[in-house]
Amino acid sequence: MPVGTPVTLVDVSVESVFPALEPLLPRVSKPVQYVGGELNATVKDWDAAAVRWALMYPDAYEVGLPNQGVMILYEVLNEQPDVLAERTYAVWPDLERLMREHGVPQFTVDSHRPVGAFDLLGVSFATELGYTNLLNALDLAGIPIHAADRTDDHPIVVAGGHAAFNPEPISPFVDAAVLGDGEEAVLEITDLVRAWKAEGRPGGRDEILTRLAETGGVYVPRFYDVEYLPDGRIQRVVPNRERVPYRVFKRTTMDLDAWPYPKQPLVPLAESVHERMSVEIFRGCTRGCRFCQAGMITRPVRERSIEGIGAMVQRGLEATGFEEVGLLSLSSADHSEIAEITKGLADRYEGTNTSLSLPSTRVDAFNIDLANELSRNGRRSGLTFAPEGGSERLRRVINKMVSEDDLIRTVSAAFSAGWRQVKLYFMCGLPTETDDDVLQIAEMAKNVIRAGREVSGRKDIRCTISIGGFVPKPHTPFQWAAQCDPDTVDDRLKKLRDAVNSDRALGRNIGMRYHDGKPSLIEGLLSRGDRRIGRVIERVWREGGRFDGWSEHFSYDRWVRAAEAELTPLGVDLAWFTTREREELEVLPWDHLDSGLDKEWLWADWQDALDEREQDDCRWTPCFDCGVCPAMGTDIEVGPTGRTLLPISPVGKGSPVRNPTLTKG
Amino acid sequence: MLIPVAGHPHPRGVALSRQQQPNPSAAPVQKLRLRYAKRGRLRFTSHRDIARTFERALRRAGVPMAYSQGFNPHPKVSWVGAAPTGVASEAEYVEVSVVDPVDPEALRTALDAVLPPGLDVLEVVQSAGGALPERIEASAWRVELPGVSPEELTEAVAALMASESVQVERLTKDGKKIVDVRPAIVSAEVGAPADAHSSDAGHDARDLSQPCGILMTVVRQTTPTVRPDDVLSALRVVADLVPPVPAKATRMAQGRLDDEGGLVDPLALDRAAEV
Repeated sequence: MPVGTPVTLVDVSVESVFPALEPLLPRVSKPVQYVGGELNATVKDWDAAAVRWALMYPDAYEVGLPNQGVMILYEVLNEQPDVLAERTYAVWPDLERLMREHGVPQFTVDSHRPVGAFDLLGVSFATELGYTNLLNALDLAGIPIHAADRTDDHPIVVAGGHAAFNPEPISPFVDAAVLGDGEEAVLEITDLVRAWKAEGRPGGRDEILTRLAETGGVYVPRFYDVEYLPDGRIQRVVPNRERVPYRVFKRTTMDLDAWPYPKQPLVPLAESVHERMSVEIFRGCTRGCRFCQAGMITRPVRERSIEGIGAMVQRGLEATGFEEVGLLSLSSADHSEIAEITKGLADRYEGTNTSLSLPSTRVDAFNIDLANELSRNGRRSGLTFAPEGGSERLRRVINKMVSEDDLIRTVSAAFSAGWRQVKLYFMCGLPTETDDDVLQIAEMAKNVIRAGREVSGRKDIRCTISIGGFVPKPHTPFQWAAQCDPDTVDDRLKKLRDAVNSDRALGRNIGMRYHDGKPSLIEGLLSRGDRRIGRVIERVWREGGRFDGWSEHFSYDRWVRAAEAELTPLGVDLAWFTTREREELEVLPWDHLDSGLDKEWLWADWQDALDEREQDDCRWTPCFDCGVCPAMGTDIEVGPTGRTLLPISPVGKGSPVRNPTLTKG
Repeated sequence: MLIPVAGHPHPRGVALSRQQQPNPSAAPVQKLRLRYAKRGRLRFTSHRDIARTFERALRRAGVPMAYSQGFNPHPKVSWVGAAPTGVASEAEYVEVSVVDPVDPEALRTALDAVLPPGLDVLEVVQSAGGALPERIEASAWRVELPGVSPEELTEAVAALMASESVQVERLTKDGKKIVDVRPAIVSAEVGAPADAHSSDAGHDARDLSQPCGILMTVVRQTTPTVRPDDVLSALRVVADLVPPVPAKATRMAQGRLDDEGGLVDPLALDRAAEV
């Protein structure tokens, strides 16, 4: 497949490419994902827009469409009268081949406009495994993959999402990165671009990037030089021009009730990975799980009010017709009024077949009343908990303080109330982990089956254990840790499998799901890598790397070969970036990117982890000085408000919407 | 063929042994029959895509749907056949059951308003009983073949109709399969140039400069099903006809065959009972 040969645009106008795309669609799988036309999609007049954004989620449509981040920005931008935003997703290799053959460029699904024609291309990275898809989309769009080769005619490529907290590995390919919440940031970027365009684009690309950088909230990698020590570590990262700050700060949207997005969630025609409507009930988490990058970089906790949640649910149900509402956050049962919210919603939607789900719940914050409210008006979803570590000792190391007693108590209550199945999530390869820590996962699963059989008097109890490989992430206390090598992970998983199967009477009711440790090592390379990793990503993409988050497309050998070819001449290697433990004073590639967390506090928390000392949650105990609130001028925003949800009278029968015009008059 | 409600990715049927049945749903009081069209880019939807989209539209329109019982209740919606992915249709049928009586025309308007353009509700009648699938035995198809001249097509169709049997190869998920297409074909002819604008024209960008043969064919619903694709394969077998670009097929009607080889409207009996 000829990559790197730019797609020739027959015509650089912004005509729809659909006439050229349509004849290709009968020849690809699931063509519906490329036709757009989603419910609540917005199509605006191109010529009337002053600033035009293409928003990309760099994975398949079925994964990208439900992404809340893209959906929120899409709506926030399109609400501006003179701004237009359209969406684009990674195309599968079958369509890519035909697009290259027929000269069809990367397009948006809304109006099928070529991505290269937009002012800005915003890319949301939930995971580092989307990096090769970014390169492929740029290439298909006819945009030079290297930021340095772009001219005033090319879109400004802006990265966001959690992976943007260390954008160094993709710094050769992006023009800018935004850390943190995007709602307000995209509008500020839009304002700067609008003004610069209105002035006649003075100073070209260089000037608009400088204006963005000098806000202090947009990172422009080209304006920073990285110097290295002879041993390969970073010596320092310094700005190379005057108007650019030394540190770039993350953005924090404080009042969630003022940002009730998405108001009109997108509903695809195609099947997606989340067949439900989501309402974010709070942002941030201070439980302090040491492996959890999301919990560290999204502080402080900011709750949406019970009334704000109620209004978003009703408006969203009317706008989408979904049968399930996910109450989304990093740990949903921790909302200060979760009981009132779930009861209030279950009361409101009685008889309408509308079910609720809490995608992330802690065992210690969960109870059976909550479970019953969730399934009162609709389908009963499974119960899922994440103890993460098999042994009490390991859970102290990672600061996930849920006890096995808590777990057994909760699942027993669920089994006696009619549930038959529970799913448990764990990680393998955590710092200080031994074989024994992992083997205790098997004991925990067996105890769940025993408890379930006892309270229900039935044999058909099931427990599924799902195990992911641990990847140390930037801006966490584990950012200094040595990543576990894949062979050790694989060996422990094999021993765990044997331990589960050692007792057939219990083992046959335990399912086990895991991947081998290799993809995690590459994710680790991309997570904690620096600018030198850009060459590895590029080589992998040129050799055919796409969709690295999909096991059927991921090639470990290709990554290893590319790392060897590109890093050896620089005196470093794959192991240096992954399984090497860092020292306290090493300059980390993301040190100049400020998540608010105090590096000294992170180090102290890392030492506490090694000493198996736990840390409380600042929502209920005094501040422990992680540094975020004073650095960012923020504070935790939590209830309870003491208010309740008033019933909506009347709701429909069999539908959350009542339509009196249907009834025979 | 009655297809049960599709489109639920979640496994069903867990744990039905609780003391009481959850989610008691009121009994259905009325069944409605709908004819809808699948047009333009919406022809790329699969049957499952349409089923999901339809169920959500019913909820947004506030239709008082009847639901099945149990831990995983689904709305009572029955699909009658379904045009394949990539094929447009002017005559798809579905039945829905409600717990409060509704006015058919009001339902048509309300549902059409919340469905995406291209998925259009054309007609709603109250069921007068009987089984709808039994009123359907054949489909009329209209296939546009851009780049194929009407003369070339006329010759190929004549060769097809002159054959008693035409074996074509079809790829199924179990591998290759040989199907005899000819017995299912009731009639086939070349459409007049006046037919060259389909109801889809408003949705599609088309190149009008090249010739476009129009195949009009009535095909019996047999097992295995013979689809428009198979008819085109038969034209390749009998006359080496290979369209330079993918053909566009539209189902124009479904129904029982009458004595002249036409199709009887499957909702005619229900409509007669309404007045």
